Amino acid sequence: MFEACADPKSIEGLTWYLCYFTSAKHVDFYWSFLTVLLLLAITAPAALGMGFMGATAARSHIAPVSWLGKIYIWMVRGVPDIIFFLFFVIALDQVIEYSKSLVVCESHAWPWQGLEFRVCPEAKVPLGKSAAFWHQAYGFMLAVVTFAIVFGAFVANVIYGAMQAVPRAQLETAEAYGMSRRQVFRRILVPQMWIYALPGLGNLWMILIKATPLLFLLGVRDIVYYARELGGSKTQAYEYPHGDWRLWYFLGLLVFYLIFTRISEIGIGKLTARLSHGQATAGGEALRRAGA
Amino acid sequence: MSMTCWETIQAYSLRSIGIGENLLPRSDFTICQQFTLIGSGLIWNLYFGILALVFGFFLANAVALARTARNPLIRKPAEWFVFVFRGSPLFIQFFLAYEALVLLPKEFMLFGVEINTSWTTRAWAGALLVLFLNTAAYSAEIFHGALKSIPKGDLEAAEAYGLTGWKKFIRIEWPTMLRLGWPAYTNEAIFLFHATTLVYFSGFPAFAQKGDALYYANYFADKTFNPFIPYPIVAFYFILLTLAVTFIYGRVNRRLNRHLPSNSRMKIRLRPNLIR
Repeated sequence: MFEACADPKSIEGLTWYLCYFTSAKHVDFYWSFLTVLLLLAITAPAALGMGFMGATAARSHIAPVSWLGKIYIWMVRGVPDIIFFLFFVIALDQVIEYSKSLVVCESHAWPWQGLEFRVCPEAKVPLGKSAAFWHQAYGFMLAVVTFAIVFGAFVANVIYGAMQAVPRAQLETAEAYGMSRRQVFRRILVPQMWIYALPGLGNLWMILIKATPLLFLLGVRDIVYYARELGGSKTQAYEYPHGDWRLWYFLGLLVFYLIFTRISEIGIGKLTARLSHGQATAGGEALRRAGA
Repeated sequence: MSMTCWETIQAYSLRSIGIGENLLPRSDFTICQQFTLIGSGLIWNLYFGILALVFGFFLANAVALARTARNPLIRKPAEWFVFVFRGSPLFIQFFLAYEALVLLPKEFMLFGVEINTSWTTRAWAGALLVLFLNTAAYSAEIFHGALKSIPKGDLEAAEAYGLTGWKKFIRIEWPTMLRLGWPAYTNEAIFLFHATTLVYFSGFPAFAQKGDALYYANYFADKTFNPFIPYPIVAFYFILLTLAVTFIYGRVNRRLNRHLPSNSRMKIRLRPNLIR
């Protein structure tokens, strides 16, 4: 990056560290923090959407739809989520490739043969000859879908509870005003449920942040991957030889997560105060008194 | 070389602790093999979960009390302990602990006694330490919250009876804290068991292929390229484990609430708290 860094073996002290921390691999490391943020930015709304649909389905008056919603909610309970993460990443990949093979392949043989999952080369996703970038992007996409499915179930659980928590009288009043079921849902239930859902959703957001290192298990080059790569001891064959520094890299990651969760906690506190405004809850009442 | 299911169970049911057949199955995988080996791995999940919970319970009580202390020299470290372990991913804590334990000097002399530290990098010790500290932090937060929500009237009644200090704590505050915190603590126990599946995926190596339930499920999924059998099996085992934990903690909960009329007892509700 800098001219002084052209020959790392001849420099030392502060310059060495400056060059070390701006090496190409480190720049990749810094970008991988963006991968984590990108995952959060895509997953959080996706999981919220999945959760909203799940909760709405669970409340449906049509029995099969309601069962589907409830099974989805109960699915993730009782089973460690890491199992879902490991399962979905392979299962989704195989389902996608099998579905594609039905369209593009000539033979439609059952793909699970003996110890292999075999589809014709044209059905591979991404294709074997694709650039490395597409393999990474596909892996990331699978991870996002997996996160959205698993966290969607948790969000659905929270939102379902929140919808139940909205006082019945509010809904009955709306019905007395002649609103249809759809109108009651849109105008009364949804706006009021957020304050009941917020503690649960805030908790889930913190858990989502803390689940992001699992990207590493899903084969994405995330911050854990780089911390292990960069921290491992480097012999003289490398440009910047050093001992085993993984401890320091992981300490850095720990501090990153602590700061991130702390900021989130403060943000959620502020949001709770805002949403409590005008609500028929203890928090809302306290705000009203303070204002009056 | 085909074995009956009974022979498979004899060969592999204790494989995770190094008893029985040494070689894992390599081809012609049967459902029986998968059920047996994954079940065998569950021994480690039970080991980590039970020991971490038992030891963690005591530390959690101490930390929860320390958090209520007026002296900042006692309160601050407890607050930081809870903040660090609840604010960071367990996954990173495992990695960090492993790297730190590896860097410990292998042998050193303390008061003339030679101390060997290499065992601390093994999962049974190192991962257990992390899980113990982690659950202590989460439980301490639960107990601290429970301590703060003890009804004022109960404490005033205790004082009216002349109970003060330690006596008031051990007879009134502590049992009430346990009673109020127990439903949340039940969830903590369930999700601690779930968290034990992270051990062999986070730096701690499995020696001689001795791992937990998920380790073997992952082994089968890798070998057969078929995730649709081993992962549902391990999920099935964990549903059973969750039911067992709920049952045992429910019995304790009943005992803690035995003096109350049935309509004012604390109910246990399962709340999701997945990855920590």
